[in-house]
Amino acid sequence: MNEIYAWAAIALIILASTTGDVLLSYSMKHVGDVGELLQRRGLAAVLGRVLATPTFALGLLAMGVAFYSLLFGLSWGNLSLVVPASASLTFVANALAARIFLRERVSRRRWIAALLVAAGVVLMAL
Amino acid sequence: MTFRKYLVLAGITAFGTAGDSLLARGMKQIGSLSLHNLSGLLLAILNPWVTVGILLLLGFFACYICSLSWADLTYVLPATSLGYVLVAMIAHFIFHEVISPTRWLGITLIAAGVGFVAASPSVTFSHDQNSPDASHDAVSGGRVMKRSNYE
Repeated sequence: MNEIYAWAAIALIILASTTGDVLLSYSMKHVGDVGELLQRRGLAAVLGRVLATPTFALGLLAMGVAFYSLLFGLSWGNLSLVVPASASLTFVANALAARIFLRERVSRRRWIAALLVAAGVVLMAL
Repeated sequence: MTFRKYLVLAGITAFGTAGDSLLARGMKQIGSLSLHNLSGLLLAILNPWVTVGILLLLGFFACYICSLSWADLTYVLPATSLGYVLVAMIAHFIFHEVISPTRWLGITLIAAGVGFVAASPSVTFSHDQNSPDASHDAVSGGRVMKRSNYE
C-alpha cells in the first residue's frame, strides 16, 4: 500500500517541479545574469529584482508543493526509489516543457538520453 | 563558462545530494506521515536532520536559480544530474538501503543517459521571446550557450 502512496507522491513531485522549473527558468532569464548583476549592483539589487518578478513567486509555490510531496514520498518509499524516480522523470518532463514553453532547442541526442533515463526509472520500479 | 560558473553547477550537485540524504535520514526517524495528522509536518521540520537538510537545500536553490540566470534549463539539469547516482550510492553505503540488481541496472541507465547528454556539445540557444535583438551566443569549451542581455 505504501508503494502506491510513494508513486502518487512521485507523480505529484514531477508535475509540481516541472511547473516550478519552467517558471523559475523563465523568471531568471528575465532577471538576467545574476553574477554580473551582483558585481555591478550588489546583493540587494539582485534580490529585489528576483523578488519583483511575479512568475518567480509562482515558481516558488510550485517548488514548495514539490518539496512537501517529496517529504511525504520519502516517508513512504526508499530514498533510492523516490529521489531517482521523481528526479529523472522530471528531467524528461522538463525537456518537453522547456521545448514547448521556453522554446529551448532539444536535440535528438537529448531525446535518446531522456529515453535512456526513462528506461532506467522503469527498471528501478521493478 | 567560467570556473566560477562550473563551481555553481558543482554546488547544485553537492548541496542537492547532501540535502536529500539528510532529509531522508530525518524522515526515516519520524516514520510514516499521515494525511490525517498534518501537525506531523510541522514536527518534521523540528527534527535536526530535517533542519540541516532544508538549510542545504536552500543552498542548492540559491545555486540553482543563479545558474538558470545564465544557462538553459535543458543545460543545467543534465549537467547536474550526477547527483541521482550519488544519492543511490549514499543510500546504499551509508544508510544501508538494499538495492536490487535490476535497480542497479536502472541507476546505470540513468547515469548513461546523463553522460550522453553532458558529453555532447549542447546547442541549446533559442530565439528569445522578450528581446530577440539583445540575445547573442557565446561559444566556450565546445558548448554553445544562450546568453541574453536584458539591459
